[in-house]
Amino acid sequence: MSRLIDVENLTLQFDTDEGRITAVDNVSFSLEAGEVMGLVGESGSGKSVTAKSLMKLNPRNAVYGPDTKITLHLDDGPVDVMSLQNDREMKVVRGGAISLIFQEPMASFAPAISIGDQMVEQLLIHTSFSKTQAKELSIEMLDRVGISDPRTRFGQYAFELSGGMRQRAMIAMALSTKPKLLIADEPTTALDVTIQAQVIDLMKDLVSEFGMGIIFITHDLGVIAQTADKVAVMYLGRLVEQGTVRDVIRRPAHPYTRGLLAALPTLDDIDAPLTPIPGDIPSPLERPPGCVYNTRCQEVVGPRCALQVPEFFQVDADHSAACHIYDPEGSKA
Amino acid sequence: MSPKPLVTAQNLSVHYALRGGLIGPAPFVRAVEDVSLEIAPGSFFGLVGESGSGKTTLGRAMLRAAPISKGDVLFDDGEVAYSLKNLGKKDLKDYRKRAQLIFQDPYAALSPRMTVRDIIAEPLDVMGLTNSRAETDDRVREIAAKCRLNVEHLRRFPHAFSGGQRQRISIARALVSGPKFIVADESVAALDVSIQADVLNLLKAIQKEMGLTFLFISHDLSVVAHVCDHVAVMYLGRLVETAPTRTLFDRPRHPYTRALLSAIPSLDPDDRGKAQKLEGEIPSPTNPPPGCKFQTRCPHAIDRCRVEEPALESAGTEHNVACHRWQELAD
Repeated sequence: MSRLIDVENLTLQFDTDEGRITAVDNVSFSLEAGEVMGLVGESGSGKSVTAKSLMKLNPRNAVYGPDTKITLHLDDGPVDVMSLQNDREMKVVRGGAISLIFQEPMASFAPAISIGDQMVEQLLIHTSFSKTQAKELSIEMLDRVGISDPRTRFGQYAFELSGGMRQRAMIAMALSTKPKLLIADEPTTALDVTIQAQVIDLMKDLVSEFGMGIIFITHDLGVIAQTADKVAVMYLGRLVEQGTVRDVIRRPAHPYTRGLLAALPTLDDIDAPLTPIPGDIPSPLERPPGCVYNTRCQEVVGPRCALQVPEFFQVDADHSAACHIYDPEGSKA
Repeated sequence: MSPKPLVTAQNLSVHYALRGGLIGPAPFVRAVEDVSLEIAPGSFFGLVGESGSGKTTLGRAMLRAAPISKGDVLFDDGEVAYSLKNLGKKDLKDYRKRAQLIFQDPYAALSPRMTVRDIIAEPLDVMGLTNSRAETDDRVREIAAKCRLNVEHLRRFPHAFSGGQRQRISIARALVSGPKFIVADESVAALDVSIQADVLNLLKAIQKEMGLTFLFISHDLSVVAHVCDHVAVMYLGRLVETAPTRTLFDRPRHPYTRALLSAIPSLDPDDRGKAQKLEGEIPSPTNPPPGCKFQTRCPHAIDRCRVEEPALESAGTEHNVACHRWQELAD
């Protein structure tokens, strides 16, 4: 496997009327080609903003931290995403090397332009195909994602397709430019379970065929367990745990991850009580000092949890957590 | 002998007229078709199905918020007995007090211009259940405390609250008129897991404390498994299986129930790809297939399934299933 993307010290703030809000705070991770990373967190944890930052797809009031470094490793050499200035330069990344699938497929297709025209348009922008070639490729892709009668569907509008079909069309469109990295932002959340299972299968097939990297954003740990190779858990803009999918789900190291798993209803033991995480997620305007999770944490080790931001500590070969529990120095204090 | 049911659906159908052609009878959608169901008092009854299965319509019909085209819904709480199909204006008003709805989206369900106190008090004012402002305030405070809302916060507006707190406000509003029967329609679907568990625990606690009966509508089988005592599974407007929760999850009999269960992503990363996958999508209710409604996606469909619609039959104590082949497929 070869390295696909390196994200170092990603910090992103938004200027709002109520003050400057920190949405992403010093997040670092990397991804290999052909690898699926699950990015887990609740609403407001900053997972979508993090993913969109990889192609600088954020509103005008976004301010990146000075140490933020995002390197995309393409065939022609590395691209420093932060240095890309205008839309023309960004074309290499947006829709080129990186494609994005949104949660709500109804909202991500233009309602008055046919599915086919939208697929062709992006191919004409990002590739050197002729219009006819683009059309043929689009129809082939619709067929590949399991849409029956792709030629008819090509000329239809988003409202004529069911939810599952729209999401397939979205995937077909995102993959037709052969991206190196696919960002899937809650791609199955709006779908029924039986359709979700179909879409997950489809995405797995396509990864192994195209060999691209995927960042799979979801709040559903079950979906992560079924799709991802490794997992990163976010809370209030910070990464709190990273590791292989087996380690994180079987031996969660961060109290937040443990809390999430305890709150999750599963079919394995339907009599088990559901344990909520006490309290609510703090507003991003009132981020707690120290560890961002200290206000809800059940395993606070001492006053420094509320004072000092914990570093990442290695708990296993490919498994680390940002929690003072694992600080060998701190245990003496 | 089991207690007298609180709510009974008798061969209930809800049809909606479609804007149709000029010639011939106006086409209609059979959103709910010939559903019979009994909900015992004190039960936490789960209703599951995919979008378009008619679960919301069934819930609304039980509140007389959807038109009853055929059949009836009976309500009997020991004080009053109503036939919802033939409910007079006065009785309907009284029924509204006894049966309430909790909505899905806590962000859309609360008026941003009303204080939390006014939101919770509104049903009392509308139904004229209290005689003075002081009495209303007492009721609001009492119910807010039960829903674990901070009584100090009653003068605030909803925007100041998180999703979980908003859902607690919606619950308080539904409970303030002292209902016996609550329809909770996807009431935790919009919440984060950590909050969802809290709201589910609250609903269960309130149910026990106030002796309520719930119809809990959800697409999430794992949530239903944890909170409900009985479950009914719907597909294209029909009931396909009903059973006590444990029976349904231990011995699902209908192929659709089995497929639904196996489609839930397992938390075990080594359990990948074992699920039996369902092909295709739920057909449009405007153009349902003949015979068994599930035959277009069922891996076990035979010729009989394509012509004859199966009726619900007993598959054990309180366990009913509508499938021609459930016995052969049982093991």
